[in-house]
Amino acid sequence: MATQTPYEVLGVKPTATADEIRKAYRKLAKQFHPDLNPGKPEAEARFKSVSAAYDLLSDPEKRARYDRGEIDETGAERPRYSYRPHAEGAEGWRYQPQGEMDLSDLEDLFAAFGSAGRARRGRAGGGFGEGFRARGPDRNFTMTVELADAAKGDKKRLSLGPDEWLDVTIPAGIEDGQVLRLRGKGSPGFGGGEAGDALIAVHVAPHPLFKRDGDNIRIELPVSLAEAVSGGRISVPTVTGPVTMTIPKGSDTGTVLRLRGKGIQRRTNPGDQYVTLKVVIGHPKDPELAEFIEKWAPGQPFDPRRGMSSR
Amino acid sequence: MIALNELLGRVRGLDRRELAHWVENRWVLPEQCGDTWLFREVDVARVELINEIRHEFAIDDETVPMVLGLLDQIYGLRRQLRRLCDALASQPSEVQEAVRRALPPSR
Repeated sequence: MATQTPYEVLGVKPTATADEIRKAYRKLAKQFHPDLNPGKPEAEARFKSVSAAYDLLSDPEKRARYDRGEIDETGAERPRYSYRPHAEGAEGWRYQPQGEMDLSDLEDLFAAFGSAGRARRGRAGGGFGEGFRARGPDRNFTMTVELADAAKGDKKRLSLGPDEWLDVTIPAGIEDGQVLRLRGKGSPGFGGGEAGDALIAVHVAPHPLFKRDGDNIRIELPVSLAEAVSGGRISVPTVTGPVTMTIPKGSDTGTVLRLRGKGIQRRTNPGDQYVTLKVVIGHPKDPELAEFIEKWAPGQPFDPRRGMSSR
Repeated sequence: MIALNELLGRVRGLDRRELAHWVENRWVLPEQCGDTWLFREVDVARVELINEIRHEFAIDDETVPMVLGLLDQIYGLRRQLRRLCDALASQPSEVQEAVRRALPPSR
């Protein structure tokens, strides 16, 4: 419900002269004066609003301020409206002219202001006459590689989006958590500035067989009792694929054999793979084995727990 | 958001038919809600602005779209400039310094 303006209260036009206002006031004041209307509260209320309206409109300065919207009908200061905070705020986009430039595309922005943008080539941070120029921001990514791939090096395609990718060369021997920097593969620069870099944090996934030890790879290899005692040629997995290795006669659990150059595949001085043998009986309930062991008299007495102490 | 009647009470000297004319001309874009309009704060401030342009500055109906068009362009640019400034402010200090050095003197 709109409040009445003082002009409406007095029943005059906003263009009324001081004389007309005074006449209107006198007429209404007489009509609603409390002394002439005893016991009529609505008349008293009306008299008060008429007096307040006249109070405001009879003062040329107050009336002018009211007309300018600086004070309200009670004479109180009225907050000056301002369109600017609304227009510049988030709500203001409602009145964005159609077809205006879009800041999300910097090329559009440069085009909108006639800047040469990328076409400009100059030293960064130049003085007067050079365009706005800045290196693009870096972009961060993560990728996971298998230990075997990390050991021999690899090429991986890192997908950044439906039709955007990076071809990443994984150097042999990359460590877990190492960050690869691909120069110029970050966000584009501004005004001809160089692009930022792509920073790729590489996670090396642990492998069930291969354990890394510096530039060497360690692996535990199960062998049969016969292979350990009699020796033989067996196939061993390495990071570059299976190789054949000779187990010397008379090997045991804990015997360590070295495969030269089968560790981390550095171009110069590649690491080695160390194979630790682990003798497994396989079928300990084999009756033939039981019979053999019973008949077997060891040539040398042997206590596997010699030197162990509960102390 | 406020309804039409509330707006008429809030903006001094606002005429209902005149407001309807402004809405028809798309000078103000309230939200249509049933058979009435709802005004956001930005719409209310815009109504105040048009009211002022129209009556205090005595700009006629034909000229109002031009005045509003220029104002919308300025505020559009200022919003974009603010976005750019916000983006710059979030950059490392070397980038900010490089931009500052690259800015040619304005006079």
